[in-house]
Amino acid sequence: MTKSVEDLIKAHDGLEKEVYLDLENSSPVPNEIVEAMLPYFSENAYGNPTVTHKLGWMAYETIQKASQRIANYIGASSAEEINFAPSETEANNLALIGTAQANKGKGKRIVISEIEPLSVDFSSNILKRLGFQVSKVPVNGEGFIELEKLSSVVDEKTVLVSFALVNHEIGTIEPIKEAVEIVKKRHPEVLFHTDASDAYGKIPIDVDKLGVDLMTLSSNKILGPRGIGALYVRDGVDVQRLLEGQIGTQKLWPGVENTPLIIGFLKASELAFKDFDTNVAHMRRLRDRLMNEIPGRITGTILNGPRGTKRAPDNVNISFLRCEGEALTIELSLKGVYVSSGSACTRLLLQPSHVLTAIGRRFEEAHGSVLMKVTRYHTNEDIEYVLKVVPQAVERLRGISPTER
Amino acid sequence: MSRVPLPYGKRLLDLFRNPKNLGRMEDATVSAVAGSPACGDMIAIYLKINNDEVIEKATFESYGCAANIATASISTEMVKGKKLEDAWKIGWKQVADAVGDLPSVKFHCGILSVGAVRRAIREFYKKKDEKPSWLPDELSLEEKHALEEEELVKALSKRVRTFSEKARGKKE
Repeated sequence: MTKSVEDLIKAHDGLEKEVYLDLENSSPVPNEIVEAMLPYFSENAYGNPTVTHKLGWMAYETIQKASQRIANYIGASSAEEINFAPSETEANNLALIGTAQANKGKGKRIVISEIEPLSVDFSSNILKRLGFQVSKVPVNGEGFIELEKLSSVVDEKTVLVSFALVNHEIGTIEPIKEAVEIVKKRHPEVLFHTDASDAYGKIPIDVDKLGVDLMTLSSNKILGPRGIGALYVRDGVDVQRLLEGQIGTQKLWPGVENTPLIIGFLKASELAFKDFDTNVAHMRRLRDRLMNEIPGRITGTILNGPRGTKRAPDNVNISFLRCEGEALTIELSLKGVYVSSGSACTRLLLQPSHVLTAIGRRFEEAHGSVLMKVTRYHTNEDIEYVLKVVPQAVERLRGISPTER
Repeated sequence: MSRVPLPYGKRLLDLFRNPKNLGRMEDATVSAVAGSPACGDMIAIYLKINNDEVIEKATFESYGCAANIATASISTEMVKGKKLEDAWKIGWKQVADAVGDLPSVKFHCGILSVGAVRRAIREFYKKKDEKPSWLPDELSLEEKHALEEEELVKALSKRVRTFSEKARGKKE
């Protein structure tokens, strides 16, 4: 470890309390999940699922069962429709590039929104370089896709539309069912992908009710281990592999299947869906406390994204005016509250979060944004602590700032 | 678009937590600003200059990241007690060295704080309608950089807004 990082960590010694709210960027994995994974490293089903011996068959059976369980959680009809990939990033790359490439005979046009996660947004850049035309549908001030703009950009040359079900930064639950209807009405052959990484385990999902053809899921977004995600591909939809190598049970992703991570993903799913309503109600209560009580304790805040049932139950995104986000993440860290920001400074760019600028936030508003996500494990005491230290941190930084008070 | 954990040094973190010479100076002889809220980086420098052209007191305010606050604070420390001619000579590299362990992506914070100090010094002579021989006509690197950042972000911010509004079909 470099000396300076050691000092940074040491500066946190003696914290009264710690609250981790940076679930957008990574999550801790609860012990229950780690314990479920452990036997699969060295005791159980550690074989390669494509080889004909006992440990291989055990692995095959384990992966099949896990696929079926995960398929059930999203209303998919068969285990074969679940394709494990290393994460949301890889699954989104596969969904965009793999689907567009496999179907380019039908046309070279794709449609995404202005607020997609980078793995979708940047994949669309690759498709542009491959000769595809990419249209980006705008969103309104709360991040809802402007459906009336959608039908005008979809035509018979369009092969794929991709909109996330829940926006990763501002928690907007998009009207995907309506979007699918508009798209399929315009041209039934257009394939529809949704990145449901921020929806899975947080809102009810059914691929048939939504009418989507492809759906991305992520383990790490539901407190599972990172390094594993999945792409649901409806039976009959063609997707081209992005990588080549030994193909096993996963037709779209070569290499030896990672059984322990798949088990971790499954266990995380089971825990998210067990007592689903209670968990969601709990998260929503904590979310609303942060969303309502932070502005009650400090002036100059803007809520980013909608309120109420059309917002993901875990997402809180607030801009603190006259306060820069990177400094705020550090100030809060020194008080034991861990969050992230859409500030340009945390991204090594001049431009802040594209999601926040797309909903109409000015640069200075986006620079002061803080993203927090709650889980079923957070307590009222955690929220009390956050409510105590956030105003302190913001006040101190505003006290340093030359911008008009 | 990459993100790296910024390995800020201990000195920088100390200055972030307990900045020296912080605050607006009501009786400043001259003050100047570099950067803008849209940049996410803005430094205001206040100088109290005596009749011998010595900086008696220097303070700052900063809207920006931890490095911004630290470099602004250290710049005021470095110019305090100096003649204007000597204060002018302090470049961003000396500021970066004084902070120690300033990550390279944060060099521009040092540049911005020196830019603000030099703008204030120029302003001082402009007010006096004097121009000492050591004061260059051309903008120094730090002043130029500050100006470029301000203009670039202004253009970028305008472009992004225009794009979003156009995409939504709104005219503002």
